[in-house]
Amino acid sequence: MTKDAPAIGWSRDDIARRLARDIPNGWYVNLGIGIPELVARFVPEGRTLVYHTENGLLGMGPSPAAGKGDPELINAGKRQVTALAGASFFDQATSFAMIRGGHLDLSVLGALQVASNGDLANWSTGGSDAIPAVGGAMDLVAGVKRVFVITQHVTKEGEHKLVERCTYPLTGCGVVNRIYSDLAVVDVTPDGFRVVELAPGVDFAFLQKNTSAPLLAPIS
Amino acid sequence: MIDKRVANAHAAVADVFDGATVMIGGFGEAGSPIELIHALIDQGASRLVVISNNTGSGEVGLAALLKAGRVAKVVCSFPRTANSTVFPELYRRGEIELELVPQGTLAERIRAGGAGIPAFFTPTAVGTPLAQGKEHRVFNGREHVLEHGIRADFTLIKGRTADTHGNVVYHATARNFAPPMAMAGTVTIVQVAEVVDAGGLDPESVVTQGIFVDRIVHIPSPAQESELIASGASYP
Repeated sequence: MTKDAPAIGWSRDDIARRLARDIPNGWYVNLGIGIPELVARFVPEGRTLVYHTENGLLGMGPSPAAGKGDPELINAGKRQVTALAGASFFDQATSFAMIRGGHLDLSVLGALQVASNGDLANWSTGGSDAIPAVGGAMDLVAGVKRVFVITQHVTKEGEHKLVERCTYPLTGCGVVNRIYSDLAVVDVTPDGFRVVELAPGVDFAFLQKNTSAPLLAPIS
Repeated sequence: MIDKRVANAHAAVADVFDGATVMIGGFGEAGSPIELIHALIDQGASRLVVISNNTGSGEVGLAALLKAGRVAKVVCSFPRTANSTVFPELYRRGEIELELVPQGTLAERIRAGGAGIPAFFTPTAVGTPLAQGKEHRVFNGREHVLEHGIRADFTLIKGRTADTHGNVVYHATARNFAPPMAMAGTVTIVQVAEVVDAGGLDPESVVTQGIFVDRIVHIPSPAQESELIASGASYP
C-alpha cells in the first residue's frame, strides 16, 4: 500500500506500476508530462526501456543530482534531465520522424476524455479564454505504434472521462489502445470498451456507473 | 578565403526589415539565441512574423521581443510555459495573431521548406480543429491532411561551436529546431560560444553544414533564460 492509497481502486503510483508491468523489455517509449512520467519509476527489475523525449533525446535518464543540472539538457516538460549511456541527441525533424514514422513502440499520455471508438481529447477544453497549446500530442497519437492513456477514471468534479463521444476538441481519432485508470484497465476494441482488470474494491457495476459508454465484460 | 563571422549581434541583424518572417530556434530556454533576439529588439524591426516552438518566458529573449510590440503573428506549437505572461496577455487583448501547429508538423513544415518541398500530407491532426479547412486525401486507406512547407527571411539560432565556413555543432537538447530552421532561412544567423578555423571541426561530426549558414556571431558566454529570469532581469 502506498501513502496516498484510496478507499477503493488504485493510487496514482499503483496505476503507473500496473502500466509499467505491461511494457516489454527493450521498447522505445515516450512518456507524456505529468502522471505518465511516473511510469519510469516502476519498470520491473531486469527490463530496460529507452525513453524518447520529443525535444530531441533518446536514452533520457532521471533528473540530475542537485547542482549538476544543465539548462540545455531538458525534457519535453522543460525540466532538467540526464542522458544515459547509449543516448543520442537529434533535431526536431528527426525526433518527429521517429514519432510520425512509427518507430516508437509506445506513447503514454494523459486524457481529458477517451471515447469508446478510441478518440482522444487531451489538449484543450475549448474554453474561449484558454491559450491553445498542443505541442507534440497530435503527432504522438497519429504516429506511435501503441497509445496507452493513464488517467483518473472520473474528474475531480465527478464527470466521466470514458465516454461514448468526446465533447472536447480531439487530439486524434481512433488512436487509443488501452486505458489505465484508478478503477480499471480497459481496452479499446472494435466493439467498444472492454474491461481487462478491475482495481481492488471495484466491481463491474460500479465501473459501469462511472463510465458513459457500455463496458464489455473481461474475456475469461 | 571564407569567413562568415560578423562583428557582433547588432551587425548580424541590421538588415531585418519590417514585416519579415523570422524563425527563432529553441525549445523553452534550450537553444534560445537570446543575444540575437535582444539585438533584434534594439534594431527595431516591427510587424514580424515569428516561427518558434514557444513564446518565451519572463520578460527576456523571445518574450521581450513580443512585449516590445514587434511581433504581429507567431507560428508555434506551445505558446504556454511556466513564467509565460507576455504572450497570454497580448493574445487575450487580440494584439497578436497565433497560428497553432502540432510540433511535428511544425518541424516537418520547416524541414520541407528548407528542402524545396512545397507541401506534404500527414495523418497528424486529422479529425481535430487544426486540420479544419485543409485539403484531405486518403493514402493506404488512411485520411491525411495537406500541410505546406515554410521558409523565413531570417533564421536566428544558437550553436555551441562553428567553424569559419559556418559548419555548426550543438549542445545537448539545445539543437532542437536549429538544423531544419538553418535550412529554411534565406539569411541564417547563428550565435556560437566558440569559433574555430576551417578544419577545426571533424567533418564526420558536423550537424549543420556551412552551406545553410550565412552569418556567425561569437557570443562566448551566452545568457541562459532561466538565470536571467531568476535574477529579475527584463529587456531592454
